[in-house]
Formats: sequence, C-alpha cells, structure tokens
Amino acid sequence: MKEPEIQPYFKSYRIKVISGLTVLMTLLRIRDEIDGTLSFRSSCRSAVCGSCAIVINGKIDLACRSQVASFGDKTIVLEPLPNLEIIKDLVVDMTPFWDMYENVKPYLIRKSSEPEKEILQGEDERKRIDQYVNCILCASCYGACPVLSRGTDYIGPAAFAKLERFVLDSRDERPLRSLEEINNEKGVWGCDTMLRCIDACPKDVRPADSIIGLRKTLLKYKAKKIFGMTNDEN
Amino acid sequence: MMLSYDVLIIGGGLAGLRAAVGLCDKYNVGVLSKVHPVRSHSIAAQGGINAALANSPHGRDDTREKHAFDTIKGSDYLADQNAVEIMCSEAIKVVYEMEHWGCPFSRFPDGSIAQRPFGGAGYPRTCYSADLTGHALLNTLNERAIAKGVNIYTEWFVLSLVADNNVCHGVIAFDLINGEIAPILAKTTLFATGGYGRVYLHSTNALINTGSGIGIAYKAGAPIKDMEFVQFHPTALIGTNILITEAARGEGGYLINKNGERFMAHYVPNAMELAPRDIVSRSIQTEIDEGRGFEHPLGKYINLDLRHLGARNILEKLPGIRNICIDFIGLDPILEPIPIMPCQHYSMGGIDTNEKCETGISGFYAAGECACVSVHGANRLGGNSLLDTIVFGKLACFAIDEYLRDNSIKPDEKFLLSKKEEMEKKIYRLMYRGNEKPYRILADLSKTMSDCVGIFREKTCLEQALRDIDKIKERFKDVCVSSSTMHMNYELLNTIELEYMIEIAHTIALGAYLREESRGAHFRKDFNTRNDTDWLKHTIARIGKNGQPVISYKDVVITDYQPMERQY
Repeated sequence: MKEPEIQPYFKSYRIKVISGLTVLMTLLRIRDEIDGTLSFRSSCRSAVCGSCAIVINGKIDLACRSQVASFGDKTIVLEPLPNLEIIKDLVVDMTPFWDMYENVKPYLIRKSSEPEKEILQGEDERKRIDQYVNCILCASCYGACPVLSRGTDYIGPAAFAKLERFVLDSRDERPLRSLEEINNEKGVWGCDTMLRCIDACPKDVRPADSIIGLRKTLLKYKAKKIFGMTNDEN
Repeated sequence: MMLSYDVLIIGGGLAGLRAAVGLCDKYNVGVLSKVHPVRSHSIAAQGGINAALANSPHGRDDTREKHAFDTIKGSDYLADQNAVEIMCSEAIKVVYEMEHWGCPFSRFPDGSIAQRPFGGAGYPRTCYSADLTGHALLNTLNERAIAKGVNIYTEWFVLSLVADNNVCHGVIAFDLINGEIAPILAKTTLFATGGYGRVYLHSTNALINTGSGIGIAYKAGAPIKDMEFVQFHPTALIGTNILITEAARGEGGYLINKNGERFMAHYVPNAMELAPRDIVSRSIQTEIDEGRGFEHPLGKYINLDLRHLGARNILEKLPGIRNICIDFIGLDPILEPIPIMPCQHYSMGGIDTNEKCETGISGFYAAGECACVSVHGANRLGGNSLLDTIVFGKLACFAIDEYLRDNSIKPDEKFLLSKKEEMEKKIYRLMYRGNEKPYRILADLSKTMSDCVGIFREKTCLEQALRDIDKIKERFKDVCVSSSTMHMNYELLNTIELEYMIEIAHTIALGAYLREESRGAHFRKDFNTRNDTDWLKHTIARIGKNGQPVISYKDVVITDYQPMERQY
C-alpha cells in the first residue's frame, strides 16, 4: 500500500551531533525521541545488509556508514532512493528492483552431475568473480542509473553484476543462448555508460564492468554462431 | 479465505531458507520475513563455517569426531553430545552442498575449499569466503530460493504463535507495508527467527535481532533453554559495537595491551589469541578492569594488531573488516592497530529443541540461533553458528516431512480467530492509552542487562537486574506509541517486540541468578568454578500461570566424551 494522495514534502528535525554519530543513528533517534511515525529501513548498521541506501545531501550512500560530522554542514538533506516509488518517507517499493534481479536467473546453473566433494575452482577463477560477489543488493546503483531515471524498463546495473558473477563463475554451465534475453535495449545495450553506478556503489563493485563483459560475451557468441562454431545446443 | 500452508517458516535467514528450499518441492511452503531475506542477520557473519574437510595441508588428519570433541569441550560440556555428533557429521555434507549450489568459497591453490584456524579448534577447519562468509552463504541460499520459486512474504512480522493444548495451529502475522493483521493457518510452523542480542545495550547484532521469536514461543507455552548463556565476542570495534571477525586472530592477529604486551600469554599461553571466545573476552575485560587498557572518549579498549600480516594478506583475507574500520572510524588496519572491546554477540540459549528441531509443542519447530538444541552448550565456538543454521535448517525438513505424512493434521481456524481478536485489542491498547515511551523502556532494559548480566556476574547485581526487570514490566503496561496508523508503523512493531524482549531478559537474568557456578560464557564472581555435581544440566524456563517464569532443569546428553577440566 502506498500513499499516492500525499505529495512528497520535506520535514525538519534538530539533533545534537555527537562524535561518531551516523546518519542512521540520527534517524533512529528522531524516530525514538521526536517523530515516532518516521519510516526508514535498517538492519545490520555495519554496511553489509544493504537496507539503508538513501540520498544524503544529493549523493546516494548507506545511512549507516555515513558520518554526520563528515558533512561539515548544519543541515543534512535526506531523500529516498530515486527510480523507485515511495511507500512512506524514506521507504521505497523495491519490487521492480527485485523482479529485475530475479529475472536474470541469478543462481548457479549446472548440467554436469555433482562430484562427491567440492567442484574444484582455481584461486584465479575465484578471484574473477570477487567484485560481483561483494554486491549487497542495496540498489544504490539502481537509484543512480540515468537510464532508469528516464522511466524505461531497463534491467538495471545490479542485476547485470549478479548475472556476470555467474557467467564468469568457472562452475556455471548456463547455455550462452540464454543471454539472448538481455541482448537488447532493455538489456545490456540500454546502458549509456555514464558510470554513475560505479560512483554510487558502497562496496566498490563496478556494475558497468559487468555490462561491458556481458556485451563482449554476446558479441563473441554471435560471431561463433555466424561461423557455425557454437556447440551450444540448448 | 484465511492463508493456509503445510509449512510456515518464520525467518528468511540461513536456517529458514535452508528449510524452505528443502521442503518447497513437496509441500505448500510459505516464508515470512521481517526484512528481505538478504537483509537477515546471517549476512553479517564474517569468519566462516566449520567442517572437517581436511583440505588444509596442516589438517589432513582432521575428522568429524575431532570437530565434535572440540565443540563439546568448547561448550564446557553443556552441549548435548548426540546433537553435536550429528551436526559435525552433517557439516561436511552441507558445506559440499552449499558449494554445489554456488557458494563462492575462497580456495586453496589446489582448487579445494580453503580452511583457516579458529578459536578452540585443533585444526584449520573453518571454511570461508574471505571475511564475508555469511554474505556468501545467505546469497547462495537466497539464489536457491529464487531458482525454486519459494513463496516469501517480505516485511511480514509475527505477532503471536497460536497453540492450543500443545498443538500448533499457525500464527497471527502483521503485514507492515499494508498495515494488516493476517492469521495464517499452518500444519507445521518453523521458527528461524534469530538471537536476542538486542536485549543488551552493546551488541554486535543487527537491529532486527530482538529475540522476539523466542519470546513469542515462550508466551505460547514452549519451554526455552539455557537462556543465561550469552556469548560476548572478544573483538567489537570501539564505539560502534561492530564485529571484527575472529578470523583476524585466526590469520595471526595479536591482542596488545597498553604496555605493549601480548597479554594472552598470561592467561592461556598455549592457545594465545585463539582460545575460545569466553576465555578471550574475560581476559580482555580483566586487562581493561585492571588498568591495562587504552583510554578513549568512547570507552576503554585493547588493540587488535594486524600490521605484521602485511597489506596483501589483509586485502585478500580480511577485506570486509578493513572496509568497516575505514568506514566507521577512519582507520586502516594495514597501518594502525584496531581498537576493540568485548561485546554481546551470540545467544546460546533459545527455544528448547531436540536434534530433530522438535519443540515442546506438536507441529512447532525451531532452528538456528533462536533454537537451543543444544550444540553450543555454555560457549559456542567460532564457525559453528553458520553451521548450526544450515544443518538444523536441513534436519528440520526431515522432521517436518515425517510429521506431515500423518494426514489427520487439521489446524483449526477458530483458535486463530480468537487470537487475532486478542492481538487487535492489544494493539489498540498500545495506540490509545499510556504515557511511557517505548524507546525509554528499551534503553533501561538493555542497560540493566549490559550492566548486571554481562561478562562477569554476581549475586547482588543479578538481584538488582531482576528487580529492575520487574519495574520495567510494570512500566510496559503504560506504554504508548505516537501514531495510531497500522501502515508502516515501525514504532508499533518495535513496541510489540519490546514486550517479548522484556520476557526474554527476565529468563536470562533469572537463569544466571539461579546458576551458582561458572561454566563457559556464564561467569559468576561468587561461584568462580564449574560444578558438575550440581550444575551439569540445562536450565528450562516455562511461562507460569501468573505470567512469571518457572524454572526447571534437564540432564545433558553425554555419549562418548566424559566431562573433564577445560584446558587450552
């Protein structure tokens, strides 16, 4: 349930700044002491769960890892994550984000039967997926994406980062043909490489790398298909 | 039409999701989660998951039996040994299973799953994914749940468990986004709701870890067990209470006092920094109490020094805690030692279950940190909590499957409807009558618990805690939230949970007061040794007719490992 009848508005709160105060702690204090109705998401308060991405003084970041003192300003402006509908205050409807993520089949796909022990994977092979493994699905990149801000049904950066995490995983055996679903303007060709997703990520993931990587994979696949070299029969 | 499930799982962390993916092919399964599953607290586990894979060149002769022995010794012999043996045997299977499902474990040069040393373990047995192992495992299970199309209700919360005559009929749930109360019928209900860290003022736990699931079960008549056993992690980042993984010491980090000494040499010279957590936490607290800590505006601390490990090791194996240090206190552990202090971390106690996840109520199961099997006894070893969640999430599937084969199970709507009405009245009361602010009550409760039921305990202080809790219970009767809307009312949700937190705190303090010995994480200054003659037993708390806890005791299951003095 959303509150479409209420136009978004700003409300001011005054809080005394103490050493080590984060934006999330500020929000918690406001809800406790000043305004019990204030809505925002939070959980781990240590920048690992991805609940609390919001816009802080115009820049997307996790509220829990943002130090109030670092803004050196008497006023800090907090806004909900862009490109998603507001449910209430700083809480947005993440459904489109989760739908896009789930649609890229973000899980390991195998055809071979499993060995008795682990599937072996080299240290270098493991390193290849490192940055994408680190994604915490906080939707910071989704909120920062200029393509999504135009109201398109573009899949968005996080879903590509997660897809590339599996495409690059030495254990994954998905048929390359399945990538055709993102071989279009809603998919990897929709990105206009402004690289805002890289700036917005609080975990140093570079979703744009995944988009470029997936484009290359698709082009190679196309070339192979033209020359009849693909044995991807699925 | 009332929502109805064969299996209703409460909690979308590792235990809940593991059970869901194991049951969803055969049964109609619903998962309720207070937050999106990937926001669950399992995500925050850093160091790893124990399994005797024997992958390490230094651990080729590791076995499940040695894992079981280390776990039982670490538990100070309070763990049920049959359950530990099952867990350590399943460990190997579930780690391979998680790997086959895509978990991105770190690797040894031969391509096998990497394993590192951890506290209280005789071998490098802890499988890991850098220092983000919970993140890696939880994402893998969430991915599995997506692949299988598990039906998940996100941002739904349970108000009450409905049990009649010791049979579970389902729950009364609350949909936060839509602001609606929904009774859900279920043939079986599994709680995987996490621990109770937030009843303490200083805790490494997420804000969602209120322990309300345990409180809900307790109020519905389920016995709860060993609540006084609360783990204090040795190394939480000063001022923030954010966990700095045991892997930092597993990889070779030192604990240093203000005289520059590796002081663990005075306490446990053989194990040093890798003694079990209860011992390391008490050692650190003793150093601080005796004036050998560093002073800081945010409190006294001890240094965790990683500098000698070198930049490459830190960047490869401990990138997560390096980021935490940079983000939260502006310090790079490659260049400076990390200021740490001990802090509440894990709940050994919980809903009393057996090795099949069965509770005192038929059709009601519990797994993970909210449950107490007990596999951790009086002190959990690092790397055994992730293991506990996945193993018992899996084992719950077998028990539930067995139970559901009996076709005569018929949960009854009438019990849910009357409970729903009761909950509506309660919420109405919270919205319209009273003068106490919920956050003040929680602040006082958590301060009492941190001050009086912490690392070191003794009789007068515990009596004080019990008196404080009585007063807090009275004050709660006059609590009121500021808004009467049901939609997105987090304050209301927090207040409903607060009532359960007070009950939980009461059982912790009472259990600690009555247990006149020191065992594992429960340390009594006035009874400072373990007493197997009188206290080799589990504490069981049930809610009495007058709403007060009634305490009884239950024998520990001993198989092959006779209790002996715990030396490291």
